Amino acid sequence: MSDTFFSAPPRWEWLIIWYFFLGGIAGGSYFLVALLDLWGEPEDRPTVRLGYYVAFVAIVLSGLLLVIDLSRPARFWHMMIMPDRGRLMFKYWSPMSFGSWIVLGFGGLASLAALVALEEEGRVRWSPLGRLRRGVPGIILTGLGGLSGILVAGYTGVLLSVSNRILWADTDLLGVLFLLSGTSTAAATLILLSCWRGTGAAAVQWLSWLHSRTLVLELLVLAALVVSLGSVARIWLSAWGGLLVTGVVFIGILLPLVLHARPRLLGHLNVVAGAVLVLTGGFLWRVVIVLSAQQI
Amino acid sequence: MAQALGFFTDTTVCIGCKACEVACKEWNQLPATNGGANTLSGDSYDNTRRLDGIHWRHVRFVEQFTPDRSEGRWLLMSDVCKHCVQAGCLEVCPTGAIIRTEFDTVVIRSEVCNGCRDCIAACPFGVIEISPVSQTAQKCTLCYDRLQAGLEPACSKACPTDSIQFGPIDQLRRRARSRVQQLHGQGETRAYLYGADENMLGGLNSFYLLVDQPAVYGLPTNPQLPSRHLAWSTAFSALGAAVLGLFGLLGLRKRRMEAIAARQEAARV
Repeated sequence: MSDTFFSAPPRWEWLIIWYFFLGGIAGGSYFLVALLDLWGEPEDRPTVRLGYYVAFVAIVLSGLLLVIDLSRPARFWHMMIMPDRGRLMFKYWSPMSFGSWIVLGFGGLASLAALVALEEEGRVRWSPLGRLRRGVPGIILTGLGGLSGILVAGYTGVLLSVSNRILWADTDLLGVLFLLSGTSTAAATLILLSCWRGTGAAAVQWLSWLHSRTLVLELLVLAALVVSLGSVARIWLSAWGGLLVTGVVFIGILLPLVLHARPRLLGHLNVVAGAVLVLTGGFLWRVVIVLSAQQI
Repeated sequence: MAQALGFFTDTTVCIGCKACEVACKEWNQLPATNGGANTLSGDSYDNTRRLDGIHWRHVRFVEQFTPDRSEGRWLLMSDVCKHCVQAGCLEVCPTGAIIRTEFDTVVIRSEVCNGCRDCIAACPFGVIEISPVSQTAQKCTLCYDRLQAGLEPACSKACPTDSIQFGPIDQLRRRARSRVQQLHGQGETRAYLYGADENMLGGLNSFYLLVDQPAVYGLPTNPQLPSRHLAWSTAFSALGAAVLGLFGLLGLRKRRMEAIAARQEAARV
């Protein structure tokens, strides 16, 4: 019997499930459009801006969810500054400490990127923002933001594993799976919003191509994760396992892959349907991994 | 640092009186469960159920009887925070609320804790919980306030059989080893020490003498620090990010090649 059965559940529930979902979208979105920003074409600009707006809104919501979930929300700043000494509080070896700084830093970068995007669209007139869009400053902002986006999307899985909780602390693959899932849900979000606005067809084509590959990687890593759990995976011989197989694997990965392979299956609804399925599956994955580990 | 102090709990002399639970609650002014309207657990005489924010001592009752109840024994054990030398809770705490004191004990500073609950998931023994009074994580402090005043903790003071012994760790370990020898000499060869050496999380400053498998007492066999997953989890995530980035760039290159081919085709036509 795994020793992780003797730990206690931290009671991270729906607020944290939604945070994992939105945080993954925030980080994944910035990472994806950072690639487009640095190596894309001029016609990708609307999608790039869309990605920065999505990242900004999603990370702000994420921050709010995290603060509200604390048992003492007004003390959230204690993770940044030591209340008794006024010194900086940072433990790079604690994903919770590291993550709180990453979310803060990424929030700042996403806000800046969204402002720069607004300036590009002419909705905000402030020339220093324009200077941040071009040349070396632009590359630095995009690069740093893209890297922080990866960290935001992936650190949460690492945080779950750096514990002693059943399931979470029985594998090393949660970090990479959260990163992949964050990227695929972000791509789905950008695809959906682009279709709704009717812009960025070329970017949607790239996102769809990347999306299908990411889904295959997710499936492989999920299978490897179940194997890495060993006998602890028996916990999922239950309704949770049923939800994992039907909601996460079938609805969230296999069906979208079928739709990718058969682009004319649902006609003009194909792309949108695929994106909705992926978002549903991504959300259900977080429901399963967070709640199934805390019912024992 | 002043001497490392802690507990040695000899479970073979525990009588399950729960004086330790009462003394702990009284000294630390912890409230009764559910305002005093506690329900019976149905688990022997244990109605505390588990360690949590308002239960910092928990006496376990393990009944081991043959089906016809002609032979059997009780295993009684007062569970508490182990005050690990390598503490998982301290490792992950993002506010620095969890500290190691001059007595080598582990204390949660309730005025700093913001209730993120990472320590709850990190503790391999499931000791910590949020206190409904303070809404912060709380657990046994090894009566830090009493130690600072030169007193012994409330539970060890109250224990009528000296099952819970308090003192300098090296002295307690010597005493514990000779007690194990004594028990072996008396025929109780199942007796052993749990957490009395550096092999388990650097040593537990609240260690036990047990007479059955750890799991029988609700203790993990080989508790580990949460950070054992940090390196590989990070490495796999970095690898995943590299693969994603590579796919992203390949996809953009593929799209550009296709666009160039389409333009050339259109020009030819």
